[in-house]
Amino acid sequence: MTWRSPLALVRDALRGQRARENELRSLESNLPYEGLEKGKQPNRYFTSNAIKTTKYSLLFFIPMNLYEQFHRLANLYFVGLVILNFIPQVNAFQPEIALIPICVILSLTAMKDAWEDFRRYQSDRKLNNMPCFIYSRKEKQFVERCWKDVRVGDFVKVVCNEIIPADLLLLYTSDPNGVCHIETANLDGETNLKQRTAVSGVCNTHPKFEPESFKGIVVCEKPNNNLNHFKGYVEKPDKQKVGAGIESLLLRGCTVRNTDHAVGFVVYAGHETKSMLNNSGPRYKRSKLERRLNIDVFFCVILLFTMCLIGALGHYLWLNAMPVVPPYLVPPTSGQLDSPSLASFYMFFTMIILLQILIPISLYVSIELVKISQIFFITNDIDLYDEETDSRIQCKALNITEDLGQIEYIFSDKTGTLTENKMVFRRCSIMGTEYPHKENDGKLFQKISRTSSSSLSHSQKTDAYLDFFLALAICNTVVVSMATSQRRRVSAQNAGSIFKFCKRKPKRNRTFTEDSEEHFQPSGQTEGVRTTGLQPCSLHPPSLSDKPALTSDNLRYEAESPDEAALVYAAKAYGFTLLSRTPDSVSVKLPSGEVLDFEVLDTLTFDSNRKRMSVLVRHPITKEYVLYTKGADFAIMELLGTPYAGMLRLDGNKKNIATVTQRHLDCYAKEGLRTLCIAKKVVSEAVYKRWSVDRKKAMAAIEDRERLVMDTAVQLETNLTLLGATGIEDRLQENVPDTIQALREAGIKVWVLTGDKPETAVNIGYACGLLEDEDLVINMAAVFQITCTNILDCTLEEVRRYNADPRNVDTTLNMSLVIDGLTLDKALSPDLLDRFVALVKHCRSVLCCRVTPLQKSRVVKVIREKLKVMTLAAGDGANDVNMIQAADIGIGISGQEGMQAVMASDFAISRFKHLKKLLLVHGHWCYTRLANMIIYFFYKNVAYVNLLFWYQFFCGFSATAMIDYWLMIFFNLFFTSLPPIMFGIMDKDISAEMLLGVPELYKTGQGEGDYRFTTFWVSILDAFYQSLVCFFVPYLVYQDSDIDMFTFGTPLNTSALFIILLHLSIEIKSWTVVHWIIMLGSVALYFIVTLAYSAVCVTCNPPSNPYWILQSQMEDPMFYLICILSTVVALLPRMYIHLQIYYYGKATISRTGVNQH
Amino acid sequence: MMASSYSAKDEDGHITVSGPGGGTLRNKKPENTAFKQQRLPAWQPILTAGTVLPAFFIIGLIFIPIGIGLYVTSNNIKEFEIDYTGDDTSSPCYNCAQNFSWNNTKSCTCIIPFQLDQPYESNVFMYYGLSNFYQNHRRYVKSRDDSQLNGNIDSLKKPSKECEPYASVDNKPIAPCGAIANSMFNDTLKLFYNDPNGTSVPILLTSTGIAWWTDKHVKFRNPGGNNANLTAVFQGTVKPVNWHRPVYELDTDPENNGFINEDFIVWMRTAALPTFRKLYRIIQKNNNMAPTLPRGNYTLVVDYNYPVRSFEGRKRMILSTISWMGGKNPFLGIAYITVGSVCFFLGVVLLVIHHKYGNRNNSANISN
Repeated sequence: MTWRSPLALVRDALRGQRARENELRSLESNLPYEGLEKGKQPNRYFTSNAIKTTKYSLLFFIPMNLYEQFHRLANLYFVGLVILNFIPQVNAFQPEIALIPICVILSLTAMKDAWEDFRRYQSDRKLNNMPCFIYSRKEKQFVERCWKDVRVGDFVKVVCNEIIPADLLLLYTSDPNGVCHIETANLDGETNLKQRTAVSGVCNTHPKFEPESFKGIVVCEKPNNNLNHFKGYVEKPDKQKVGAGIESLLLRGCTVRNTDHAVGFVVYAGHETKSMLNNSGPRYKRSKLERRLNIDVFFCVILLFTMCLIGALGHYLWLNAMPVVPPYLVPPTSGQLDSPSLASFYMFFTMIILLQILIPISLYVSIELVKISQIFFITNDIDLYDEETDSRIQCKALNITEDLGQIEYIFSDKTGTLTENKMVFRRCSIMGTEYPHKENDGKLFQKISRTSSSSLSHSQKTDAYLDFFLALAICNTVVVSMATSQRRRVSAQNAGSIFKFCKRKPKRNRTFTEDSEEHFQPSGQTEGVRTTGLQPCSLHPPSLSDKPALTSDNLRYEAESPDEAALVYAAKAYGFTLLSRTPDSVSVKLPSGEVLDFEVLDTLTFDSNRKRMSVLVRHPITKEYVLYTKGADFAIMELLGTPYAGMLRLDGNKKNIATVTQRHLDCYAKEGLRTLCIAKKVVSEAVYKRWSVDRKKAMAAIEDRERLVMDTAVQLETNLTLLGATGIEDRLQENVPDTIQALREAGIKVWVLTGDKPETAVNIGYACGLLEDEDLVINMAAVFQITCTNILDCTLEEVRRYNADPRNVDTTLNMSLVIDGLTLDKALSPDLLDRFVALVKHCRSVLCCRVTPLQKSRVVKVIREKLKVMTLAAGDGANDVNMIQAADIGIGISGQEGMQAVMASDFAISRFKHLKKLLLVHGHWCYTRLANMIIYFFYKNVAYVNLLFWYQFFCGFSATAMIDYWLMIFFNLFFTSLPPIMFGIMDKDISAEMLLGVPELYKTGQGEGDYRFTTFWVSILDAFYQSLVCFFVPYLVYQDSDIDMFTFGTPLNTSALFIILLHLSIEIKSWTVVHWIIMLGSVALYFIVTLAYSAVCVTCNPPSNPYWILQSQMEDPMFYLICILSTVVALLPRMYIHLQIYYYGKATISRTGVNQH
Repeated sequence: MMASSYSAKDEDGHITVSGPGGGTLRNKKPENTAFKQQRLPAWQPILTAGTVLPAFFIIGLIFIPIGIGLYVTSNNIKEFEIDYTGDDTSSPCYNCAQNFSWNNTKSCTCIIPFQLDQPYESNVFMYYGLSNFYQNHRRYVKSRDDSQLNGNIDSLKKPSKECEPYASVDNKPIAPCGAIANSMFNDTLKLFYNDPNGTSVPILLTSTGIAWWTDKHVKFRNPGGNNANLTAVFQGTVKPVNWHRPVYELDTDPENNGFINEDFIVWMRTAALPTFRKLYRIIQKNNNMAPTLPRGNYTLVVDYNYPVRSFEGRKRMILSTISWMGGKNPFLGIAYITVGSVCFFLGVVLLVIHHKYGNRNNSANISN
């Protein structure tokens, strides 16, 4: 290290700062600078690949952890009390002893933090030391290094099944097409393979990849956390720019699959990689109960202050009433007594210390414990386990379990949530003719063959059939992999051989294509090929049982959406087998057994604005540029050009295929099928050439790239020729109607928000019981604002009239609303919003169709805010993420469509039916348990603290405690802490079977629920009453006797223990072994600890003299008589009221029973 | 924790492959145990008339006899109380009370005659009672040094700072230190029986056995052992400011002198409430035939040392026989009887309600 002037250092640091903050980064290869000192490195300003996720360092653990912990208000309160205790005028206890609770809490938390941090440290170290290959100029090859040695600007080689160490710009792969497959399961949980393409032409790759030949500058954007987006380009020395997007970026944490090796240029390392930036830690949501709880804690603070004020005032009056200084008033060391007002001022603070446990600090710790255990029980529920996917329920948010018991509105996605999202190809319409498809049913093939053979002469028409199935096979982004190879966990050797096998195949196909190009030049011959190509299809229809060849049998398709896979499998069933796909070519095996190899010129990927995707290929035989497009029906229909020209001419029949197809589509939708339209366009070479220039420009753009790319796509997708349509069935998940029925009985309103068309949605609505035949279904599809207003007004008027009608007192209008996205937009506009909300309040169910992800979250937000209700959103796809995040509880369904929804959710389940048990049973339990525990905690603290408070009236408000301070701490810490926690974890007010059988029971938690303003104050009042009894029974017994202070405290403390524990026993609804052990154990612990303490402690805790007090009390029958009497008297009212409520409840149940029968 | 999460996943995968099960992927299936599935056998106390009504009646039936027993026992206890504060001009102690303050060294004696209407059988406990004396004031309670009282020499020479400002005088440690000791009750009470024949017989008052055994033998110890020369041991200490005699002159009996003087020990056990009594002497039953205190006239002779008028306190002398439940206290008996009766009554109310709704319930069942 050479010496550098501080000025230079500062300048360097500033420059580094600027380089990091810059919107665009220019990166150079490190290789020319290899071996130079750090200051000369071009990329020295960017973070290295070593990661550090630990929060603390060994040296500064204690101060940093304390700083962290003091962010919690509760801890500050505690520390404030300790500080107060160190002020001699104010202290109530020995200052050292007052330190104990806060020290216990702080050190417990610190230990937990330290352990967590240590685990993070270990995993960091493990990751940082993982091996990887970095190119070294000195050794002219890739050398093995650790992950932490990777720097921005390095060349890193990754091999098959290895995890990528940093974000790499892919420059070279062993695949001749420059493709590398990665699995992003570690990042977003999606298990399908994604294809990445190397940036071409920036390095020498022949015959061997040479990193040293890389002379360009990589320009990329500032690091961000968007996993599906990257903008950058490589500027070659000749100023030519080569664009690079996310399709060329290998992300840290992904696994390389199906590719022998690949080399990339490190663009982001360490904490700047996309995976690390995405890693934002657990989500924090505050539950409704917790918000309520905080209000009550605030009430407790007010109560505390009132009590302290009473104490201070009482002390002042007591002092003032004294004519002279009595012998029991001890002056401070100075010898001079404080004036009454000053003394009472001090007394206020002393009282705060004395009565501090009124604020239940231990409550927060207990709540956390209880929630963790509740989550443990939820995740371990065998009923919420799905055998098929081997997945349990996952709880991502740790602190909103009790919200599950208060849900009033459920917003559900349709596809994948209510339905399986396992797409089955059911029907198709080709050129206006409708064919049903049933698996293993020969009819379909016969029909096709009949149609085909009847029209064999018209080659043009068969052409359309061919095109239709070719489009199904080609127009997608499906990745082909071998079904036999275990994609996961294949050993390197295995993977290599499979890889080679895959690699070889396209090559062979290419030679075939070249051959065909040579031999079948004349167009006449091409037609012949085409006819022969189709003939086997018509004569020997291949069935599913009759698999064509071994290779195609072993193929497995991995699609991003299940629809695509369904279509490819459907095409395969008709003999059009997709054999392989590379970015440049697609091979399809025709029914005849021939293999056609299409050159893929471009893929216009799917986006939610266009709602379609296209593939531009060059036909190997005709050499035509053909665009195959597949998309939502309305997205295709509006782009149709002239109807299929040949068809019209040859049939002489002017029927508009589009109209017929549209009719079929409507039919499909009514059956609940998902529809897609398939279209084709032949592009002339000139048009293509012109277009491809634009396209390249758009791809290389760094500003506004998405828009430009989309625009080019729209440019090309015009004047399409409709080939046909497909109908894909998405079956309802099991038990969906049952679940929805139960949720409705539980008083939960279920809404379905879907991107599908209204017909499909309504159909599903009937199928899953959301809509019923006798329901009044209001279909809102208004083009204009004014129509929308009218519908709303009319319906509201209808509802008003219905409710005003005296005949309809007991019944409610069964009304359901179906609304589409456009109308929804209008209904949610500010001037109609209130009317809309008023209307949907009366609706039993609402179906929103054709809504965008943004609208979904908008609807959730509006309902949540306007109606002030607890909402739950369930969805499975990326389009549900907004909604899931907007709701109080987001449920992700881990289905077929990736994991984005699951990643964003609070709870992830695998089936919709699990919602029933999750809400009705676990939700109810979690809520009642927690609510009752919190109320009990408040009660417990108030009851115990008030014993001290009542005593103040008899000790001149001098803040004396008649209970030994240690025993007071133990009382809260050991003797009475476990039972309420156990109560919060294990109590079952109603059995699971009962909750599932009678969903109405769920209603107890909705709205205000069990935990109400009144419940809180009733229990506080009860606490006051009980403490009064607990104090005044011993007081009246020992009045004017020779009892001493701490002996007086003993029966108080003991009966308080009994009262507090027996109070809980009244609340506990079911007793298991654990309950008995903990309850009896707590009592035993009290006596053992107190007896041992009073036997050992002779002079140890001045001024209290616990020595032999409990022993002598236990010899006295009066002790038992007092304990029994105060316990019985204290609990009698609660017991009696419980009975009354029980009888009242029974009476209501029997009355409703009478009504029902 | 993206980084850690994928390493964890890898580990999971590894286990799956190398595990003995091999192909089975059922490793995530929750265990089907009663605990994890929250199906532990549970007892659900159902509040029915069948279980609750008997409970109420049983409580009533148990409490009422106990209450009656307690009440009778308490009523059998004989108690006599005499207030000798002397704030009333008619009181024999009026003069003493008027002239008295802590600084007086000359004692003032007052003689109070009284009459017992009933003979007191068995042992009679003699108490002194103070009112409006807050022995439970926080600072007062703290103002003592337990280790000094336990015979610790170091604490004797250097009392705890809790004793301030009664820890030392002129740099000499006070023994026993603190406000409690300083304010020790120092009236002397003597009892004479006025025989019907005119002679005044002094009654033997036992001054030992009035403190807790554990206090006398464990908690309180004289420095240097109980047989040491107390005068020598307490050399270098001074008596509490308000005391007339040093601690080692409290009694002539070496077993009852110094810190283990029982009057002192009793005083040091601070009272729980501002109105309290403390055991002063025991009048032992000496003769099996005659009552301990026969009916008749008595004289209480008080050496009036303890000023209470300054804080409007009162002083009493109490004579009481005791039973297994201690002194006279009708409250507990009454309370038990009341609670028992209330339970009984509630039981009846519930019975009525049960009949009312029980019938309805039946009708509902019938309609089913």
